[in-house]
Amino acid sequence: MTPEEEKIVRARQKSRALVVALMLGAFVLLIYGISIAKIAGGS
Amino acid sequence: MATTVAPQTILPADWRDFLALTKPSVMRLVVFTGLCGLLVAPGGINPVLGFTAILCIALAAGASGALNQWYESDIDALMKRTQKRPLPAGRMDRQSALHFGVGLSFFSVLLMGFATNWFAAAMLAGSILFYVMIYTVWLKPRTPQNIVIGGAAGAFPPLIGWIAATGHVSLLPVLLFLIIFLWTPPHFWALALWVRLDYAAAGIPMLPVVAGEPVTRRQIFLYSLPMAAAAVAPWPLGLAGALYGITAILLSAWFVYLAARVGARTSAEGDGMKPEKRLFAFSILYLFLLFGILVVDHWMMP
Repeated sequence: MTPEEEKIVRARQKSRALVVALMLGAFVLLIYGISIAKIAGGS
Repeated sequence: MATTVAPQTILPADWRDFLALTKPSVMRLVVFTGLCGLLVAPGGINPVLGFTAILCIALAAGASGALNQWYESDIDALMKRTQKRPLPAGRMDRQSALHFGVGLSFFSVLLMGFATNWFAAAMLAGSILFYVMIYTVWLKPRTPQNIVIGGAAGAFPPLIGWIAATGHVSLLPVLLFLIIFLWTPPHFWALALWVRLDYAAAGIPMLPVVAGEPVTRRQIFLYSLPMAAAAVAPWPLGLAGALYGITAILLSAWFVYLAARVGARTSAEGDGMKPEKRLFAFSILYLFLLFGILVVDHWMMP
């Protein structure tokens, strides 16, 4: 891999990690919301 | 369909390419019709669970799109319309696309099951399998009626939305399914009439390529008639009010008129294909309006 390619790979890995982190955060919130809804609904 | 076009090294794909793999433009209609199915269902659903159900439908549609592109990357490389997709353009390796598609499928189905009910989850799994196995792998490369079968896959969202909210099926969601199912052939063949050279190049047996233009035009018109009947049916059956009924009649009449114009015409050399483009553009508006009014009508009904 050339240094330029390595740079591109690092940038992509970083942005991918960021997107995954955001989605995991959203998923945690969603599961919380679902739990509350299920408990409130009594099921 | 193994491809051997992969360049020596493909760098890890950008996250935007994973997003592109889910066909976001197709997802819009899927989310909208699914949401309408959910909203007109009786009883009402907790907003968080309703949101989750729609999210699952969208994710499953994205998974189907990814698996479809994984399987068809060699065909996509041959068509101008699809050449720039992540796989044929060489921005992503095929294995990443496969893992992404399979992972997203399992995730969406399991989340649907836990958040709503397992009937809806089973239907969601069925719709993914139907789109990938029956449509993409089996029928699309084999029969010029492929788009009719593919239309069934696209018709699942309102049905699944309804089942997510109620846990059972009744007549109205089946009619919504039928509307989209019958709408797809005229919608798609109108497009196919002017991009058919692309399909011919890729060896996909689209109706205009295999059966010729006159047959396609006739079929566009013929499908628009039962589609209009299905669209109006909820009113006389007492499943929707007059607001929906009258709107459906007007919209469907215009749709049939445009389809009839496409059906009666023969294109000449250097033809701009204007009636076909008009029908295609209106068909999208038609579905959005029809389903939107159905929801409004439902809220206004006593």
